Amino acid sequence: MIAVIDYNAGNLKSVETALQFIGADFKICSKPEEIKAASKVIFPGVGHAASAMENLKKNGMDQALREFAATGKAFLGICLGSQILFDHSQEGDTPCLGIVPGDVRQFPKDLGLKIPQIGWNTVDFIDDPLIKGLSKEASFYFVHSYYVDPLDKAHQWGSSNYGIDFCSAVMKDNIRATQFHPEKSGREGLKILKNFLNWEV
Amino acid sequence: MFQKRIVVCLDVREGKTTKGIKFKGNVDIGDPVEMAAQYYEEGVDELVFYDITASAEKRAIMIDVVREVAKRIFIPFCVGGGISSVEDMRKVLLAGAEKVSVNSAAVQNPSIISQGAQIFGNQCIVLGMDAAKDAKMPSGYRVVINGGRTPTDFDMLEWGKEAVKLGAGEIVLNSIDADGTKDGYELTATRMLSEAVTVPVVASGGAGKPSHLEDVLKEGKADAALIASMVHYGDYKIQEIKDYLYKKHVPIRRII
Repeated sequence: MIAVIDYNAGNLKSVETALQFIGADFKICSKPEEIKAASKVIFPGVGHAASAMENLKKNGMDQALREFAATGKAFLGICLGSQILFDHSQEGDTPCLGIVPGDVRQFPKDLGLKIPQIGWNTVDFIDDPLIKGLSKEASFYFVHSYYVDPLDKAHQWGSSNYGIDFCSAVMKDNIRATQFHPEKSGREGLKILKNFLNWEV
Repeated sequence: MFQKRIVVCLDVREGKTTKGIKFKGNVDIGDPVEMAAQYYEEGVDELVFYDITASAEKRAIMIDVVREVAKRIFIPFCVGGGISSVEDMRKVLLAGAEKVSVNSAAVQNPSIISQGAQIFGNQCIVLGMDAAKDAKMPSGYRVVINGGRTPTDFDMLEWGKEAVKLGAGEIVLNSIDADGTKDGYELTATRMLSEAVTVPVVASGGAGKPSHLEDVLKEGKADAALIASMVHYGDYKIQEIKDYLYKKHVPIRRII
């Protein structure tokens, strides 16, 4: 059973409908003991890093997520759920979960580009079971003003360009995380979710 | 590479898709859920649904449409029309939409933008703005509301900037003069707004052929182009429009 983490941070509905569509066995979870019982975790989210961390800390979900990540079981972060895996976010100067070393930074405002980045962008991935069957030309849907900057470049799974090159997907042991929304990236995005269901770490 | 978006717009009245010219004479043209699924399969980047139902008691039908659409398409979509409170926003977002669009209600009560942005995030809140040419206004365009029927004292450019300050994450600029004419987008207003605000601008009104999209995405500096008639009646397929734009070097999401 996949635990989909509910911490009051938006867009759960679209993850839920996408998982239903691909026939996943999942449960929306908001308690630490439910995470412990799960075989895999999906950690979605849209919103502000500070309020997300505050919600997670309220009932010990922050610690439960750190412990789950350390078990070596499959873990997928999406958007804000990718950012708060890191040590620190510039958004609200927020200390985050510290599961992946590095920082979350705001896009520079002098690039002459619209912020947030809203729309489709391509990703250069390092080969991985989660992108099995995907076209190199595939695009994914992004909505964000902040991006992750892993301390160890070996944790960069994918990169994209929006005025600057930035890390758009993260890999560390049993953890994969995407800045884009696979649940809103059409057929190619759904393939990533399907691959995650079948992924044996 | 970051790409420009093609957005298909569906006007929904009592559960059916309709289309009119210059906001008048709407006729039913199909089931919005089936049409949405079809455009998704064809590779559209985003969808917008406007609820143009006249009576409040029929609004619940729209929520059912949104719920069904969310089960069938896995790209972002926005819902607008008749959204006048945070509660209206919540209903639409919980039913599965990514974004809500506010138009007349935001002119009458601008704080709905900031309230919505605080609760749901800026990325959720789209300002829909209908503008008509008017030489008396500083930018040359006046904001009109109630589906084009009521002129306001708002200047297009000033209102756009103000809405972004309040927390709008995107603006859909619809030209009343161009809407439904198929003669091309209003390029001047689109470029003026897009250069003045920090959020994406979606151009709307007037698309009749693929070169119109090229014009507004290049010359008009739009981040996305909204289309309706040109695909609703089968004149063009999404694929054809995308192939054209790709050949013209407009960065566009390829259909795989």
